[in-house]
Amino acid sequence: MISSQIQLASYLFASILFILSLGGLSSQESAKRGVFFGIVGMIIAMVSTILGQGVEGHIYIIAAIAVASVIGILVARKVEMTSMPQLVAILHSFVGLAAVLVGFGSYLDPDTQALTGASHTIHLVEIFIGVFIGAITFTGSIVAWGKLDGKIRSKPLLYPGRHLVNILLVIICIVLGVMFAKASGTDGMIYIYIMTAIASFIGIMLVMAIGGADMPVVVSMLNSYSGWAAAAAGFMLGNDLLIVTGALVGSSGAILSIIMCEAMNRSFWSVIFGGFGSTPTGSGKEISGEVTALNHEEVASLLDQAQSIVIVPGYGMAVAKAQFPIYQMVEHLRKQGKEVRFGIHPVAGRLPGHMNVLLAEANVPYDIVLEMEEINDDMPETDVVLVIGANDIVNPGAQDDPASPIYGMPVIEVWKAKNVIVMKRSMATGYAGVQNPLFFKENTNMLYGDAKDSVVKINNYL
Amino acid sequence: MKVGIPKEVNEEESRVGATPKTVKRLLKQGFDVQIETGAGQRANISDTEYEQAGASIIATSAELYQSSDIILKVRAVTDAEINLLQKDQVMLSYLSPGQNGELLSKLSAKGVNAIAMDAIPRISRAQKMDVLSSMANIAGYRSVVEAAHHFGRFLNGQITAAGKVDPAKVLVIGAGVAGLAAIGTAKSLGAIVRAFDTRKEVSEQIESMGASFLTVNIDEDGSTDSGYSKVMSQAFIDAEMELFRQEAKDIDIVITTAQIPGRKAPVLWMDYHVDLMKPGSVIVDLAAPTGGNCQLTKSGEIYTTDNGVTIIGKVSQLPAQASQLYGNNLCHLLDDMGKAENFRIDMEDDVISRAMVTYNGKVNWPPAPLPVSPQKPKSKADIEIAPPPDEATLSKKRTTKTIITLAIVGGLLYLLGMVAPSDFMQHLTVFVLSVFIGWQVIWNVSHALHTPLMAVTNAISGIIVIGGLLLTTQSISDPITILAFVAILVASINIVGGFVVTHRMLKMFRK
Repeated sequence: MISSQIQLASYLFASILFILSLGGLSSQESAKRGVFFGIVGMIIAMVSTILGQGVEGHIYIIAAIAVASVIGILVARKVEMTSMPQLVAILHSFVGLAAVLVGFGSYLDPDTQALTGASHTIHLVEIFIGVFIGAITFTGSIVAWGKLDGKIRSKPLLYPGRHLVNILLVIICIVLGVMFAKASGTDGMIYIYIMTAIASFIGIMLVMAIGGADMPVVVSMLNSYSGWAAAAAGFMLGNDLLIVTGALVGSSGAILSIIMCEAMNRSFWSVIFGGFGSTPTGSGKEISGEVTALNHEEVASLLDQAQSIVIVPGYGMAVAKAQFPIYQMVEHLRKQGKEVRFGIHPVAGRLPGHMNVLLAEANVPYDIVLEMEEINDDMPETDVVLVIGANDIVNPGAQDDPASPIYGMPVIEVWKAKNVIVMKRSMATGYAGVQNPLFFKENTNMLYGDAKDSVVKINNYL
Repeated sequence: MKVGIPKEVNEEESRVGATPKTVKRLLKQGFDVQIETGAGQRANISDTEYEQAGASIIATSAELYQSSDIILKVRAVTDAEINLLQKDQVMLSYLSPGQNGELLSKLSAKGVNAIAMDAIPRISRAQKMDVLSSMANIAGYRSVVEAAHHFGRFLNGQITAAGKVDPAKVLVIGAGVAGLAAIGTAKSLGAIVRAFDTRKEVSEQIESMGASFLTVNIDEDGSTDSGYSKVMSQAFIDAEMELFRQEAKDIDIVITTAQIPGRKAPVLWMDYHVDLMKPGSVIVDLAAPTGGNCQLTKSGEIYTTDNGVTIIGKVSQLPAQASQLYGNNLCHLLDDMGKAENFRIDMEDDVISRAMVTYNGKVNWPPAPLPVSPQKPKSKADIEIAPPPDEATLSKKRTTKTIITLAIVGGLLYLLGMVAPSDFMQHLTVFVLSVFIGWQVIWNVSHALHTPLMAVTNAISGIIVIGGLLLTTQSISDPITILAFVAILVASINIVGGFVVTHRMLKMFRK
């Protein structure tokens, strides 16, 4: 047993560690230290809570943590780096579920019933909001997981009047909240159940309406929600550590969403409410020119002759798990004294920073992995650009075709290089459903086939 | 179907209609390929090489013409060759249909379906079969090499122990494919390159190749729908001549590439321009076969004028290279016509119908005009750019906005403070300050680490486990305990999974 003052001191210490943990991610060198701080902070927080006053049922607590640890470690060890977005999404749903359960528990807790007057009402409102956010996070994350895993088709599901329905549902929830706050004892349980059902439905529809290309925004948005859910739980339990941590996570997710939206030149609201795929009107411009294809041997000889090479990976690389043979190719080319670099678009992949993680998995040194802004200026001096499984992020229409749905989105200007080789499975459009004029440019050649097979074949010729 | 490649009869023609590489492509397209013995000799390709590629060698041209369905040639056929051709045979070669009306009528009388490779319309889709472009590219390159050979100095500037060498100054007239290739080659050899063209639209292309664009002060654009330039007004030509007069004194090498389809090449470099040039200067006239851009050019000859200027009226064709590109152009065309299996002449097709100058016994020339890829219309958005509001009003606006926002927030907080209990206010303080801290900290996170950031915040958001810990009671049958138990379970999975996976990811990042 420790006194509540010591417990508060431990919480303060844990909060500081969490802030340092997030701050540590500002660079690769300090990131590992950051994770260590996070783990220590978490252990301090949990131990000081368990040892604190008023905690009972230690056996169940330890049992639950032990089981969870085994599951957590197994899952995290086993998961492939390409499936990282799915894992992150499903973990978000757990936080949402926990928030809902804690909200229910808190409502049933006799201590809550003992409160009176304004503090009772405020407490009930806190519970209500916490459960509401938690439920949206829970179902929304499950749908996001399904979409990322290919279990649910990634096309946006849109029906007319959905904004109206959503607004109506939120109003119903507010009414339920008022009734809930007025109910005496635990009579309000029925209201909170109904609200949970409605919030779950909102969560599902919210994510169903969002297309595959916007997934990075959704995942970071759900990340943010899971933080706010934790903060709401902190309010209902009067626990500052939960509030601090929840707020940190919430703002982190919000910032990531903003960064992703900026990278796509879209407003946050249009992603959340718009549904990108609803306007696949395509380019207003006729694309002239012809698509020319090369074979693996020709690509290999182009690479052989090139001095500077830039590789622009996209989601296709992740799907094909091509990062390993790509790294072999890069190593080989670098040994010949060529300059080989990677150009990463902020929204490449299905998760912010997805490509960086995949390349890191394949041992690609991070100092040759550059961001879009860093690489764009060098494009005119680049001999060969290899676009591997990317489409919309290298679409010149974003710059010169005002009729294009992605007009204005910053893109990697690969077409300025001397040669562009686009590895693609077929001529299908990208997630935005827009035809890509890049493929028709004179200096662009296609290499059809699975990215991994193609790279392996090129490696044989090199 | 059999494709035949005869030996070119013209002694000056060193190119050939196929190389071993294009033979392989033709075989892949399903054609049988036969080649007259010695066809590749002048392009340094032996019969054995063709045989190894899979072609069969035919001893005489008569036999070859007799047994082939499609003939691939470079130069237009001579009368002797026309006699060998057969009805319904398809023949691909240069024909200059604009100047060779008589040849066309002979071919049509014979019933030959002749495709003039030099009449392929210059639209984007047909670029891969455009022999004018592919050959012009070679000519442009070679023109600089020839010039450098006859020019007695370095092209690049050097500062050596033995003194300073000035770079050569090259003027390229006409920035089509040949002109641009010449610019690129001269530039890469280190020369200072200037270029002139009547079409304003090519200035960008000229500059992109590293040359400076020369222009006259008359607003007249020479571009036409065909992609070639038109004949300019007298005022323009006068201004152009004056510009060249200025340049002539300064320039070391002039490369002229100006051609107008179906007409004699325009004379742009007059005798008085040549007189102004320094001794040792070189003029390469790529338009020599169609009359020459320089007044003093002698087609097929290289000679030096009295004032020491070398004028080159013939440029080697780089036969092996040229045959390869020409052969590829032919392959692309045959590919478009359906390869061996579905080979057919589609007179609905924009490209085929225009290049097929004789068809079913009729002359099909001149064709309907076909504009080149249209320029993209300038969008309104490009033109109408709203003037940016000046800084002062902007910052004033921002200040007002901030003050209003703060006032509203302050009012709301006041209202909240009237009703809320004190510990709620304390929690709110902590919450708001934390949001601000988070906001400041996260912006510093590097882009590459966004996925680890997400995983780590995900792990940390598992802190909600504390809610579960606080709710657990002694009795497992208590519904609260069951709820709490499940909450602890899922939150802990989250914590452990999140940290482990973050650790795994970060371990992979290496310098």
